[in-house]
Amino acid sequence: MSRERVETGILQVLHGAGLLFFLFLVAFPFYWMIVASLKPLILLAVNPLDLWLSPGELTLRAYKEVWFQFQFGRYFTNSMYVSAFTVLLTVTLATLAAYTIARLRFRGRIFLSRSILIIYMFPAIVIAVPMYALYTKFGLRNDLHGLVLIYLAQTLPVAIYMLHSYFKTLPPDLEEAALIDGCSRLGVIWRVTVPLSLPAMATVALYTFMIAWNEFLFAFLFLDSPSKFTLSRGIVQIADNINVSQQLLMAAAVIATVPIIGLFLALERHLVRGLTAGGVKA
Amino acid sequence: MMRSARSLGRFTLAQKEQRLAYFLLGPPFLIVSAIVLFPVLWNVWLAFHRVRLLDLRRFHWWTLETTLNNFVKIFTHHDFWPALKATVLYTTGGTLLALLMGLVAAMMVHQRFRGRGLVRATFLIPYVAPVVAVAFAWRFLLDPRGALMTGLLGSGILEQPIHLLGQRPWAMISLIAFEGWRYFPFDFLFILARLQAIPEELYEAACIDGATPLQKFFFITLPQLKLVLLTLVLLRCMWTFNKFDDVFLVTGGTGGTRVVTIKVYDFLIGELNVGAGAAMALVLVFVLGAFLFVYFKWVMSRAEEE
Repeated sequence: MSRERVETGILQVLHGAGLLFFLFLVAFPFYWMIVASLKPLILLAVNPLDLWLSPGELTLRAYKEVWFQFQFGRYFTNSMYVSAFTVLLTVTLATLAAYTIARLRFRGRIFLSRSILIIYMFPAIVIAVPMYALYTKFGLRNDLHGLVLIYLAQTLPVAIYMLHSYFKTLPPDLEEAALIDGCSRLGVIWRVTVPLSLPAMATVALYTFMIAWNEFLFAFLFLDSPSKFTLSRGIVQIADNINVSQQLLMAAAVIATVPIIGLFLALERHLVRGLTAGGVKA
Repeated sequence: MMRSARSLGRFTLAQKEQRLAYFLLGPPFLIVSAIVLFPVLWNVWLAFHRVRLLDLRRFHWWTLETTLNNFVKIFTHHDFWPALKATVLYTTGGTLLALLMGLVAAMMVHQRFRGRGLVRATFLIPYVAPVVAVAFAWRFLLDPRGALMTGLLGSGILEQPIHLLGQRPWAMISLIAFEGWRYFPFDFLFILARLQAIPEELYEAACIDGATPLQKFFFITLPQLKLVLLTLVLLRCMWTFNKFDDVFLVTGGTGGTRVVTIKVYDFLIGELNVGAGAAMALVLVFVLGAFLFVYFKWVMSRAEEE
């Protein structure tokens, strides 16, 4: 047999085995998370390797307890509020700014289109110290809107960059026709550009939602009162409570994970395009 | 149409357009200035002043004493060099592992097979899930009484349980493994996109010359991927270097994983010493800046020339 055929054969076997290995590696922690949240703690404590789900022993008790007693219903609403608000503002402001950079003539345009992304290279922890001080000073610290403001600053540069690259690929003819017909610039954006850019805007919306929903550092540093907690903040809170079992914690983790994974799988095509178009800070 | 300086009212069309541009760019510009640029600059100010958290609630915070003590404090701190070393180790290990896993995963998904779309989506999940949720799942799995240790002890591979998240050097190894697991999807996605853009003719020509798959990989694929790999190293190094969440949540800085960002947190929250926290953060920015400078000057510019 030639070297070529030997290598091809070996690689084919490795390909199958490698795929299975990676799939296992990726999926196992999530599978375990679900098992640990459904199985009574005592069974998992006796044998941590007993990871089969048999219908008889499953219980949703942990979910009920976390949702009602530990206020995760509340945290869920807070997370949803912060994420939706961030998405709405980011998409609106980024669309207008990206259109401006892509189409309008103004001084500083070239500088701006080159430097947008430099802004998001600053580390969050460097921003965290002064923002903590500043928010403490102005009473924005224990406030969900303070968080929205921070998430906006974190997502706007990438969102503008992504949308501006997309707008540049659109042919300007339609817009010019609308302008000649007496449409204002804002009218053009609303009637021509936005309808043509819905896929790109969906990408930006998803990306923004993901950043806001998953964010930990600022929610952790800034939120003090439990009524304001987001899911990430709430999970860390109950993890510090010695009376909270592994089962409860994993139920909370599942509650935080399911919406974002569900949304991602539903709109995966969009997000994949968006991730490679702009890059995501993480 | 835009160039004709036809007068409309008091302003030309070009002037009107410029005004509209500034108006539309205004809100994002203000937000980013207030929340990114201003804090970065103020951080420099804070680092050179004697500031405790309580001082900032006072009205005349700008009358605070100027001092170099913050830097003296952090440089003479017994944890300073170990923290820097841990950061470099974590960044190097995490970046390389994620890159290697991303490359292997992309090579596997690049081939056509049934269910490829589903596999690609599944591979991205660790990156999309909330860091808090996956960090706690890993913590329970790696616990001395968790599934992994039970398996290793039960099968006789280990005789004594190892505290994977609290013991040197295992804590750092576990942290790097977590980093690789969570961030390889990012590298995977970019490498896959680049792989799919390599012209098919290159491989066909190699086939005619009788190249084996490994030769094709090393002499065609890898050179074609060079630029994207170097860019990914740059991005991931930068973000891992600045990373706080993952370290804080997975090991909490124990077992030799007390990286610089955790030290910043310790000064700020543990000691309520804003000045020292800001100084430590400044050190982080400087080391990162030096790295970026060298990387751009020596690695990226040369790679782009080729």
